[in-house]
This record gives sequence, C-alpha cells and structure tokens, in this order.
Amino acid sequence: MLSRVADSLYWMSRYLERAEHTARLLDVHSILMLERVSKTEDNKRWLRILEALRVPVTPESGDYDTFINTITLNHNNSFSVLSAIRLARENARQVRERISTEMWSELNQLYLFAIDMRNIANISHGQLHDFFTQVKNRIHTFQGITDSTMSHNEGWHFIQLGRGIERAISVSVLLDVQYAGMSRFDSIGSVDEYFEWLALLKSCTAFEAYTKVYSADLRPDRIAEFLLLNEEFPHSVRFCADSIAQSLSAIASATSTSRNSRVHRLAGRLQANLNFDQIDDIIREGLHHYLREIQSQCASIHKLVYETFIAYPVDSALSG
Amino acid sequence: MPTNTALFPQYQLGSAYDEMFTAPNIPRPHYDLLYQRLNEFGADELYHRQQAADLSFLHQGITFTVYGREEGTEKIFPYDLLPRIIHADEWDILERGLTQRITALNLFLNDIYHDGKILRDKIIPRELLYTCPHYRREMRGVNIPKGVYISVVGTDLIRMPNGDFVVLEDNLRVPSGVSYMLANRQVMRNVFPKMFANYDVRPIHNYGQVLVNTLRALAPRGISDPTIVLLTPGVYNSAYYEHTFLAREMGIELVEGRDLLVHNNIVYMRTSAGLRRVDVIYRRVDDDFLDPLAFRSDSTLGVSGLFNAYRAGNVALANAIGTGVADDKAVYTYVPHMIKYYLGEDPIINNVETYVCWEHAQKDYVLANLDKLVVKAVGESGGYGMLIGPQSTAEERDQFRQRIIQNPRNYIAQPTIMLSTAPCFIDGRVEARHVDLRPYILYGDTITIVPGGLTRVALRKGSLVVNSSQGGGSKDTWVLR
Repeated sequence: MLSRVADSLYWMSRYLERAEHTARLLDVHSILMLERVSKTEDNKRWLRILEALRVPVTPESGDYDTFINTITLNHNNSFSVLSAIRLARENARQVRERISTEMWSELNQLYLFAIDMRNIANISHGQLHDFFTQVKNRIHTFQGITDSTMSHNEGWHFIQLGRGIERAISVSVLLDVQYAGMSRFDSIGSVDEYFEWLALLKSCTAFEAYTKVYSADLRPDRIAEFLLLNEEFPHSVRFCADSIAQSLSAIASATSTSRNSRVHRLAGRLQANLNFDQIDDIIREGLHHYLREIQSQCASIHKLVYETFIAYPVDSALSG
Repeated sequence: MPTNTALFPQYQLGSAYDEMFTAPNIPRPHYDLLYQRLNEFGADELYHRQQAADLSFLHQGITFTVYGREEGTEKIFPYDLLPRIIHADEWDILERGLTQRITALNLFLNDIYHDGKILRDKIIPRELLYTCPHYRREMRGVNIPKGVYISVVGTDLIRMPNGDFVVLEDNLRVPSGVSYMLANRQVMRNVFPKMFANYDVRPIHNYGQVLVNTLRALAPRGISDPTIVLLTPGVYNSAYYEHTFLAREMGIELVEGRDLLVHNNIVYMRTSAGLRRVDVIYRRVDDDFLDPLAFRSDSTLGVSGLFNAYRAGNVALANAIGTGVADDKAVYTYVPHMIKYYLGEDPIINNVETYVCWEHAQKDYVLANLDKLVVKAVGESGGYGMLIGPQSTAEERDQFRQRIIQNPRNYIAQPTIMLSTAPCFIDGRVEARHVDLRPYILYGDTITIVPGGLTRVALRKGSLVVNSSQGGGSKDTWVLR
C-alpha cells in the first residue's frame, strides 16, 4: 500500500474518532448544564472541557455561546467537530479509490449534513443535541460500513490503529483533567459530584458497562480502573493498547517488516503495562504521572509508525 | 415544481439535424419508444426522477472542482436526464471510422519521431510540426512499447445538418470525461429501469477492464504481471474524481508525483512495505509537468528523472510523451492526408472544413469573414481561446483580428456548424439543445471502442459550446445492438 494512502486512512480515522469524542463530551455536558444553575460552576466546567479536548484556552472561552460555536461549528480552527469531520472527509477524498463506495458515500453525507448546520442562525439546545446525536450515530454507522464493506487488510488496520491511538490519548487526557488535584479516591461527597462522575463515564459511553461490573455505586478509583485497565470495554485505554498492538502486528505481516522493530516493542510495552498494572499501585505512585506516561508513549508510537511505514528515508529503503 | 402539462410544445426544430425528430412530433424510429414513454410519464414524474438522479450524483460525490473559489469548490457535474440514442448502423460507421483514424494518427506519431517519411515526401510541411509547442524534440528516436503512442483517445464528433458525423477534434494527450460516461449510465439505469430493459442497449461497464488490459499490453520487457499506476496531479485537479474512479475500477494504485521516485533509471513508488518498482504509468499529468528535470522545472506534480527512465525503456507511459503534436488544430487539417498516406484509404469520417491562418490566402479569407467563422487557437482546449463569429461583438472580432495578424500559426477557423440537437428536460419541459459526442478509443494490442461515449450538451439555449467549463453538461449515450 502507498505510504500516502496509509497516512490518509490513519488520519481519516483519527479525525472521525476526534469528532465523535468531542460531540459526545459536549452533548453530555450541555445536557448536564440544564440541571444546574451556578454560572461560575458552568464556566469552570467549560474550561475543564476545553482542557480535556486539548483546545487552547482564550479569555472569551468562558462564554457559553462562543464556546459552543468555537468547538462545534467553527471551521477556522482545527479542533471543532465540523473541522474534524471536514478533515476526515478530506483525507478520505485523497484515497477514495482505496475505501469502499459505501464508506465514501456515508462520510460524504455526514459532511454535507454538518456544513448544512452552519446555515442555522441561532442554534437551539434541542438542535444542538440532535446534531451531536446525528454525528455520533453516523460515525458509528460509518464504522459498521467500514467493517463490513472493506477488506480487513493493511488499510483497514491503519484505520484501527488511528482510532486506537486517538482514543487512548483522548481518554487518558480526559481522566487526567477529571482527577487533577484529587486526594480521596474511595468515595464521592455530594450529589453534585456524583453528576460529574456520571458525566465522565457517559463521555466514554461507559456508564452502563461500568454498572454491570461494579453496580451503580460510583467510586473514583473504580472508575479509573474501569476506564484505564478494563480488558473488555472498547473505550478503556487498555482495550485501545491491545488494539494498537494487534493492528501493528497485522501491518507488520502485510508489509513483511520485522516484529522486533522499535514501534512494535513500544506498543508491546504499553500493552503489557496496562495488562499487568494495578489501580491501587497506580494511584499510590501518582495517577497524573501514569496518564502522562501513556500519552507520551502514544505520541512515540505515532512517531515511529511514521518512521517505519510512511516517511522513511529513501536511502535506507534502497539499500535494504 | 412544474405542473403536468404537455412535454413537447416548446420543442423547436431549427436548421440543425435533430437526433430525435424528423418533423414536429414525428420521432425517428429508434426514438419512438422513448417518445411514448416520456409522454406517459409527464413532467411531474420526470421531475421526481430528476431529483432522485440529482441526489444520487451528490451522495456519490460525482463532482468536479471549480477553480478559483474557496468554499463549495465541488459541483455535481451538470447532466441531462434524457438519453441520447445511437442506432447500430450509425455506430458501425463510427467504429470503423475512428479505428481507421487512430491507426493513421499513431503511424504518423511513430513516423515523425523516427524517420519522418511523411515530411520528406512533403505531405505535411516540416515548419508546421517544428512550430508546434507540443512537438517534443526529446522524443526523436525513442522507441516505445509496441510503437503505441496514443493508448487512450477521446475524439470529439459532431453531426452535420445532413446527418453525417464529422471529427471536430482529436484529443490525444490526456482526454477526460469517461467517468461521467460511466456514472451517467449507472444513475440512468436506476432512473429509467424499464425503458432500459425495453431498448437493447449495449453495455459499457467493462471499460475499466479494457483499459487495464490496454495498459498491461504496454508493459516493458514483456513482463506479464506489470505494476500499473495512475498518476494524478492530485485532489485539486478538476478531474480528480475521474482519476479515483478509474483507479478503483481498474484496481490499481492512484499515485501522485510525490509517491514516486527514480533511482538508476528505475521508477519506484513509496509503499508502507518499502519501495516497489513501477512498470506502466497511466498518467493524467500533461507533458510539461511530468518531469521537472526534462520539462518545466517549476513543476511539483511530476517525478524527477522520469523521462530518462522512460527513454531507457524501464517504464511505459500512456499516453506517450509528445502526442499533442498530432492534435494541434492546424495539424488536424492534415489527418485525411495521413489516412491516405499511411493506409491508402479514404477517410470514413471526414474533418470539418478548416482554414489554416498561416497560409496567406486562407488567412485573408478568415480575416474577411470573421463574423461567419469560428476561430480557435490551435493549442487550446476546453472551449477557451475561441471566437464564435455569428455570436460575437465587433470588439471581440477586432481582438481576434489583431491576434491572428500577430501570430497566424496559432489560429485556425471553421465555418459555424450547427451541431445537432437532442431533447433535454429543462424546467419541466423537453427542449432542443445542441450536442456533440466523444467516444473513447483504447489502443493496446488492438483498438477497442467501448460502445457509447460522452454526449456533451450546451445547456444554455442556442449555445454551441458544450464544454463543462462553459456551461455544458452531459447525457447518457445509448448505442443500440
């Protein structure tokens, strides 16, 4: 497969995951806001969301309308839901002949739907909720179409890889923001706080799955354990690490590259850590540090994927 | 939304040949069924079907890029709902005529880049070739696989008022539009399933397969399973949709210049598994931009060293470099002579009568009759650089007069020909619009013409310009068995 094609499939997938994550996070929190009244609390919340989405914070970010517009439908920045969709489509467009017609058609319709929203002057809360719901549903549909209409070949694995890396980073950043400055992990204090933990789980579609393991008794340490170390839940960081390692292994077979190369060793180490580490140890030694380490390992894997498959030096390829 | 009134009251038969009618409300026999069905449908039904077709084009992203605008740079390719139908007997003539013409043009290219017999025999003046900007000195003496220079051709035909087809232009460089031929068919089959079944329409969906076999036939060193790629200028090219479409139909890699590199005269593409050798390139990049070392040095679309790899015989290009010399509009006037010279035959399909401005007598005639003639720059295509005398202003004619006097070699003129008209569904009624026909000819081991083509329509009333950049659209073209 062309290196450029691998690159585009990888980024198409990362941008879609980003659009879905942002849409879900915003949807969960804007619904939550309806049940609350404190203005200062709201502003603090928005700042936290911006941090969790790795959006640069500007003074006017606190204003609700500006905030929503910036992060949903603004096309001048790279982090809005609309921009992520546009960039995903642009990447797909560059490799149209490598994805199925059904995939292209679905993604194209998602894009047409999203830019159409820009024409609405004052978006109501209900319209916004519909928008987020549509975005999430259509991206899920796209994933279903991808799985059932595209060969599960090297290109498909680059798509899985992109999603795995993007999701691992998003979830670990989100956890990092939520757990910042916390000292007690074994219970939650007020009802208000309960809503915050509920929101965290829902932002990862994890509430129902969590209750099936731990019941509806929300505890920060258990939530951290679930979102970091659960083996079976698709939004847990461990699940992502497993998927990254599997995809890289499949790509190694397809490209006949060595499984002992640095990128595979690094992915294997991340996977092993998340498979064997215990939440109590992690919390004792510092959750923040642990999450930072995961983010940095993901960044290194990304860099090595480029050096191995996409932007390798030509001289070494000719001599090899 | 239109109301359900009669479809044909506005249909005007002019001096042009009409594809559908011989007289008001009297269709030609092979259009009879279409005529009946359209009247049964009525405007409302047609309108609904048109909307379904619109959506189908939009959702599939069958679009072209409009240059010079930021937002909304993609538009769906304008099309007309009603098919253009070509009778089997007519097609038979076209098939033989085009095969003859392409054979002669290919022999001509091979000749001028080798022995130059046709020049020595003074059939075609040397100066004419050497002053053509598309003539490539670098190609002199270069042997190419099977001597096939023009593997993919899209010839523009028009129909004269007497019903005869004539050749307006040979497009021998990188003709486009074939994806619209295929997309039109795909959409129309869903829009008019029943009518489709009742007409015995010859299929065209194997175009991709024929094309890939054509390209395979060009493989250097006689390898049987060559690596074939399609080289595109990239996503911002107006025909990018077509490039992706064809690469997918053929199951080959779509590459950009930056995906390729040349080392020791061998072309490689950069893949996730390392470098892979490339044998045949179906290039949709113009000569000028192919190789910054050999041609335009400011090109970022090409591949450095590609021309040397080509000359060394390590890679095949389709079409070959330097084919533009044979579709120069002044050289065009000599094609009937080429057919006679190389094949000893009379042309089956004629040229349009053409005045070449570099001959004094003809230039004087052109300058005296600017208001009656169509003047064209010889190297331009796409409807640019053109004067349509009868529809021009005095100011435009003056501009062209100056240009012709300054650079007569660059201009030819033709009588204003009323292209034939065909029925189009416009604003709830069926009206007559001018059309041409571009069949696609593939030349590998043999010459193959997929039965069909792109019928281009001048959608503006009375307009004779069918190019998509100038308000033209297209129609599905049915060749009957």
